[in-house]
Amino acid sequence: MVDKVADNLALTGAGAPPMANGELVFDAPWQGRAFGMARVLCDAGVFSWDEFRQRLISNIAIWEQQHSDKPAVHDENVHDEPVYDKPVYNENVYYEIFLQSLSMLLASKNLYAEAELTVREAEFLARPHGHDH
Amino acid sequence: MSDDLDKHQLNKPPLDKHHRHDSPQATRAEALESLLIDKGILVASAVDAVISRYAERVGPMNGARIVARAWSDLDFKQWLLADGSAAIAQFELDGGQVEKLVVVENTSAVHNVVVCTLCSCYPWAVLGLPPAWYKDPAYRSRIVREPRVLLAEMGLVLADDVQINVWDSSAEIRYMVLPQQPHETLGEPESELAEHVSRDAMIGVAR
Repeated sequence: MVDKVADNLALTGAGAPPMANGELVFDAPWQGRAFGMARVLCDAGVFSWDEFRQRLISNIAIWEQQHSDKPAVHDENVHDEPVYDKPVYNENVYYEIFLQSLSMLLASKNLYAEAELTVREAEFLARPHGHDH
Repeated sequence: MSDDLDKHQLNKPPLDKHHRHDSPQATRAEALESLLIDKGILVASAVDAVISRYAERVGPMNGARIVARAWSDLDFKQWLLADGSAAIAQFELDGGQVEKLVVVENTSAVHNVVVCTLCSCYPWAVLGLPPAWYKDPAYRSRIVREPRVLLAEMGLVLADDVQINVWDSSAEIRYMVLPQQPHETLGEPESELAEHVSRDAMIGVAR
């Protein structure tokens, strides 16, 4: 079953989502929503999965580039070679880049103006806490 | 109904312990989805359908494997009930979840059911994505007020002498039900037992 899913979605190879024992891993509800949106839009022919994946791969590469050479806090008592922060590439980071790639791809197709998303986001952020989900 | 109130106890966290779900990413995802729906590019139910497919078939398998282990290994079961978070560590669920997991055991005398009365706190790492009804205000209120009636409506009729415990999830504590092992599966290997465990049974709305 899992193999079949992976085949259909091209969930393997570069840019593939985080998986545990061959299963998709979502760390929070919004990650599932983001994945679900991409999957539905792809099925509807809004974009091809490969098109999306290429964008995802390049955004992941940019993220890794930005996070790979940041020196960690140096411990003066340790005189080994310099310590570097390794990029912590987890589900949260993956789906943040995933969501960013998705919104960029859709904006590039003129499905909405980027400002529209910014406005909508600001409206949602302005909601009081404790609203119902 | 008054019957129910006598026979179940509500294990409720303080109000301020409930989860604030709105991370910036969650808000962005919600804003994008809402915009796409307004533009007629996306239908929310289609997204629900994709998610439910993963929720039904992918996510709950983690919980099912844990239940299967508990059914076939008494030591593990006792550990699981005593310290759920520690006991499931060996399954390498990799969900990044930091909440405490409490596993509650069904017996012939006690039935457990899980809810999040204020929002939709859910044991992601073991059960995957929550079903839509779990977030439904009707489920969240009625499972507390009249659990026996609601469970019956959901297809689970419990005898009157079975005590119902309702567990209210919070940001810090998530609950999972350890269902009773069906008699006909006694002696089956652990690898096959997981197939008898449903997501709904681990929430407590099915046996």
